[in-house]
Amino acid sequence: MYGKGLRALSISTVAVMTAALALVFFYAPLEAEQGFLQKIFYVHVPLAIVALCGFVAGGIMAIQHLRTRDPSWDMRSYVAIHMSLIFGVGTLITGSIWAKGSWGHWWVWDEPTLVSFLIVFLLYATYQPLRFAIEDPERQARYASVFAITAGAFVPLNFIAVRLSTAYVHPRVLGGTSNLPAPMALTFVVSLVAIALLYTTLCKYELTAKHARAQLRALRRRLAGEGAAAAPVRKGRSAAPTTLRPAAMMTARATGKDGI
Amino acid sequence: MRRTVGALLRKELLVELRTLESVPGMSLFAVTTFVVFHFALNRNVVDGDLAAGILWVTLLFAAILGINRLFVADAEEGGFDGFLLAPVDRSAMLLAKAVTLLAYLLVLELVAVPAFALLLLGPPLGQALPGLLGVLALGDLGVAAIGTLVAALAVRTRARDLLGPLLALPLLVPIVIGGARASSPVLASAHHGGPSARWLLTLGLYDLVFGLIAYALFDFLLED
Amino acid sequence: MTACAREGALEVEGLARHYGEREALSGVSLSLEEGQTLVVFGPNGAGKTTLLRVLATLLRPHEGIVRVLGSTLPQEAWAVRGRLGLLAHEPLLYRELTARENLRFHARLHGVADRRVGELLELVAMDGRSREPLRTLSRGMVQRVAVARAVLHDPELLLLDEPHANLDPAAVELVAPLIGASSGRTRVICSHDPGGGLAEADVVLGLRAGRPALLRRAAEVDPAEIAELYR
Repeated sequence: MYGKGLRALSISTVAVMTAALALVFFYAPLEAEQGFLQKIFYVHVPLAIVALCGFVAGGIMAIQHLRTRDPSWDMRSYVAIHMSLIFGVGTLITGSIWAKGSWGHWWVWDEPTLVSFLIVFLLYATYQPLRFAIEDPERQARYASVFAITAGAFVPLNFIAVRLSTAYVHPRVLGGTSNLPAPMALTFVVSLVAIALLYTTLCKYELTAKHARAQLRALRRRLAGEGAAAAPVRKGRSAAPTTLRPAAMMTARATGKDGI
Repeated sequence: MRRTVGALLRKELLVELRTLESVPGMSLFAVTTFVVFHFALNRNVVDGDLAAGILWVTLLFAAILGINRLFVADAEEGGFDGFLLAPVDRSAMLLAKAVTLLAYLLVLELVAVPAFALLLLGPPLGQALPGLLGVLALGDLGVAAIGTLVAALAVRTRARDLLGPLLALPLLVPIVIGGARASSPVLASAHHGGPSARWLLTLGLYDLVFGLIAYALFDFLLED
Repeated sequence: MTACAREGALEVEGLARHYGEREALSGVSLSLEEGQTLVVFGPNGAGKTTLLRVLATLLRPHEGIVRVLGSTLPQEAWAVRGRLGLLAHEPLLYRELTARENLRFHARLHGVADRRVGELLELVAMDGRSREPLRTLSRGMVQRVAVARAVLHDPELLLLDEPHANLDPAAVELVAPLIGASSGRTRVICSHDPGGGLAEADVVLGLRAGRPALLRRAAEVDPAEIAELYR
């Protein structure tokens, strides 16, 4: 179920990534003040945008989970947040490099977007420890969803609060990417699409892998179950078509299980 | 609903009066922290930004002590089950716990703010008090809403003493921003007038949003 | 309500409950009429407590149909709460509060008059020490208070998890009118005592590893069959 379209998605990701890199290095003009260093902008900003959207999306999937109690929504929410955390590390590292290059410090506090990103990142860093600290998987999923919704709502609120605080100290013109020259804007948009595609593809890979592993476990359990009273496999899992190439593998697993 | 909240509040009050586990600890912690700040900063008096920062950080960490203990008796002594077996609205527990935490914070501030004025604050407290009260009240509402939600989230996990503060601190950062920025002109030596309406509004909106979030999500933390 | 009364007090069909991939209960079916007593036997970890918690609306059933006092769980759990009394392993009482304070708290939650608290404290012979914090009382005394809490709101259905744990013979006699057969309530009892449990039962359910291994009218059960469950 999750594996469908994975190949097409992977190929288009690679293609767009290549195009984006080519545009960044050969097409986009050098920025007058910062020179070559400014090119990190095409990685840093899309990473940040995609990571934040991923966090919010994780919250929306968590709402779905609480409404439907379908564990697959919790899985999606988990993967979205987990992947956003990885992209978040990338954002903080590239942001830090950029800050060092243009201002001479690894960290600057008067860049409200970066500061808010750090706060959001620190909050989401507790997501995994929270999950690991709850034994019962159902409660774990429910609590993680409550966290994901709260944190998802926190993302925009926190950005507003931090921006207000910085604007208060250093009144500044809130200029965005809207006044970029056309070649830069084009490169930026392609980079954003590339990073978004990368995010989607990686999420899909992880979902597919997790799904396959769950199916494998379900099969193993069914084989281990005693005769007629075979353990009923949970709905949602049994409903999915199997992507395994079974016979040999299953018997191997089964004998392994019997040995224990 | 009112009957249930009343019963829960009465129980909280009885438990706290008998154990004296939360409020005295929080207050003592705050006063001790002021002493620590005196030595750490090597300052006898503070004002403005620094004063606001010290006050808010101290109140926040003291609040976290209370947040960590908020649901412990219910989780360990079966209070959750006892409550869930009764034919009552579950939001009553959120409301009762938030009011309890709010009361803890008010008592804490009753001790901590005069102690702060006595130990560290440069400008006289009298001129700052009217503005400060409003900011503290708005900050407390937000801490109560977020604190109750986070406490309920963390209490039935293995690492609750660790997870509670780790979850609460980032969520409380906007309250620190709003609270400290709003109280800094009030605590300045050259009195700048009241707290700016913008920060009060920010605090108020943040309180409202998290109050609603806590209300919408709390029930999911109780069931099994 | 009258329509509900005609039905059995408990109707369970194919109940399953799992914790992740571990199955705590599966394929449990039973029915119990009003006023009858079901005794559940089984070794530790067989799913007795899970079954009790599902019936008490504290855990959602994952599969199967569960009807308690005519209401389907989990959708109509709200209608059952307040009509059942749970005496669990833990007393569900606050250690720092006195017996009287604890019972008053529950009385308010259930909308029961305070007067009933005093009556119950006398019935379980705890009126003498009702003003001391529970942590200072012996476990048997706390269990007596817990019995009082379970029947405070005069429930139709009692769910009892080893109700006589920590109680001496005199105390067992003391609580019999409240939670014993003479209370006239429908009861589900988890027990480890084959002889005593069987004597109280109308229906016997034996659980092994979350699955029903025995379900029969008590009169037709041989004590040896129950002993077999624990092998």
